[in-house]
Amino acid sequence: MKEPQNAQVVGVKVEARELVKVENLVKYFPVRAGLLQRVVAYVQAVDKVSFTVREGETLGLVGESGCGKTTVGRSMLRLVEPTSGQVTFDGQDVLKLSGASLKQMRRDMQIIFQDPYASLDPRMPIGESVMEGLNIHGIGTSQERFEMMIDTLKKVGLEDYHARRYPHEFSGGQRQRIGIARALALRPKFIVCDEPVSALDVSIQSQVLNILKDLQGEFGLTYLFIAHNLSVVEHISDRVAVMYLGKMVELTGRDELFANPLHPYTKALMSAIPIPDPTIKRERIILKGDVPSPLNPPKGCRFHPRCPVVKDICSQQEPVFKEVSSGHWAACWLYD
Amino acid sequence: MAEKNLLTIKDLVLYFRTSKGAVKAVDKVNFELGFREAVVVLGESGCGKTSLAKALLRLLPRNVEAYSGSIVLDGLDTMALNDEEYRQQIRWVRMSLVPQAAMNSLNPVLRVGDQVAEPMMVHHGVKKEEALEQAKKMFQHVGVPADFLTRYAFELSGGMRQRVAIAMSLVTAPSLIVLDEPTSALDVLTQANIFNVLKRIKKELEISFILITHDIATSSELADRVAVMYAGQIIESSDAMGFFTEPLHPYSQMLMASVPRLRGDKEPIFITGQPPSLLNPPTGCRFADRCPQRFGKCDQEPPVFEKEGRLVKCWLYE
Repeated sequence: MKEPQNAQVVGVKVEARELVKVENLVKYFPVRAGLLQRVVAYVQAVDKVSFTVREGETLGLVGESGCGKTTVGRSMLRLVEPTSGQVTFDGQDVLKLSGASLKQMRRDMQIIFQDPYASLDPRMPIGESVMEGLNIHGIGTSQERFEMMIDTLKKVGLEDYHARRYPHEFSGGQRQRIGIARALALRPKFIVCDEPVSALDVSIQSQVLNILKDLQGEFGLTYLFIAHNLSVVEHISDRVAVMYLGKMVELTGRDELFANPLHPYTKALMSAIPIPDPTIKRERIILKGDVPSPLNPPKGCRFHPRCPVVKDICSQQEPVFKEVSSGHWAACWLYD
Repeated sequence: MAEKNLLTIKDLVLYFRTSKGAVKAVDKVNFELGFREAVVVLGESGCGKTSLAKALLRLLPRNVEAYSGSIVLDGLDTMALNDEEYRQQIRWVRMSLVPQAAMNSLNPVLRVGDQVAEPMMVHHGVKKEEALEQAKKMFQHVGVPADFLTRYAFELSGGMRQRVAIAMSLVTAPSLIVLDEPTSALDVLTQANIFNVLKRIKKELEISFILITHDIATSSELADRVAVMYAGQIIESSDAMGFFTEPLHPYSQMLMASVPRLRGDKEPIFITGQPPSLLNPPTGCRFADRCPQRFGKCDQEPPVFEKEGRLVKCWLYE
């Protein structure tokens, strides 16, 4: 544990305590076929991903659809069981827990789901939905639980009379705030936000982002913020990790990443971000082809078939994810 | 006929009949589109953008309460045609559509080449070989390898399927294509590629676009003009440069300010409240309830004012 000597570190928040540590996380989904449903192949959704999330920070996790970012988030909470690897939360090995200690751990780690239209029970008043976690964990008396639920609703900008209403009576932005209230009710330490604003209109996205920021300040929350929109990630994150085809390719402080992206894939992503100003003319890095199938990823660096600066070694050997400059990690042979 | 505009829409109305009354999805929409021009129709979910596309192509569901107004395409009054004439002369002949979620709009049991060739056979009565030849050319235009003609939709990635849908809209060489949210389900890199394709097609084939989207940032790449839709009405219509640098209507201003920008100094804002119900829209300005610049007059419906060649439906510009 490093203690900050000087609180004036630029850009990145000072070296805080590591709250979550993920080491060599692997998740392969078996593909079954034939009469006997034998396993014929594996989808390598997440392959040896390592990172840490510091207490009180927001770690942004970006990548295209199918790159495994949601699987990372879910494996950390054991909503899917990882194939191998290690997840440490607050000093505890999450993957070894079971029974009561797993339940206890889940109080501290919550998730906000992607689609606020599909993640709420349509037949349950939203107050019940928010209170469900409190009931399961048997916190306080029923009166206290009710008060906690009302309190949580108010924290996300809803009113007490909303508690009796059903999800269909709410707009998209309100539903996502209910989703946040559900995650917040148990007062967790760590929340995985899985694309919390991508299903919302742009006019209300920033409302949800602001609520997430405010709550982080108030409760000292730590976020893993999964998204594919880099502008949104830039807005909310302290550090940003970039994934490609099940691998982490770059990880660094937000300002550093946007000022000085190292990996060719990150550079291409940055150049593709649209800017609402027709006067700006930019050079675009256009990548060839599509993301290869994670069933049979390319040998060597997984990005090499699309990489504009590919070298011989890239198709032979996999680059190591290592610290290129202080606090700036990348997996690319260019920086060897 | 020497027409100045390719498309002129006047007082277009499309109401749907529901058990709770008429949903005024498109309520007296006016706009014009020149030759080789791209207009972007911007708006939030539920503001009637897709209904506008359907009204333009007369792809109507059964519960239509009212469908009226005038649509003049290249000098031809399309509203005067009956359904069969419309099918023969307009739909996919002069105007075609790339539907929303084009990724899932392809027939899973047909080869994509056959699907792209089909409009040629139906509308121009050409033989299959000839139609396939034309489909192959269109595949080149949108950047799909020619050997994909014999593949099925499930063998293609999202971006490729989107390109096929665009090829299908191009195959009969229409003068206008309506694109309904062409990139909203795609990743940012694929989005950038599709927009490059659209820009190239616009230049090479001299086609006009109506691009319906909620993605303000992406649309700025293609737009010559911008129309902002709110609660079934067009509330601002400007040239792209004017709109993206200085939007006029308070709603447009807030919409632009809500876009998170890279390396932006300003915090994005959000618009409080929700758009009004299209079942029973307010009688005055429809944005008044959410508008920070509201004043006394907003209880009455504002007419369209002109300011430096730009149209805006707001009392502030009286």
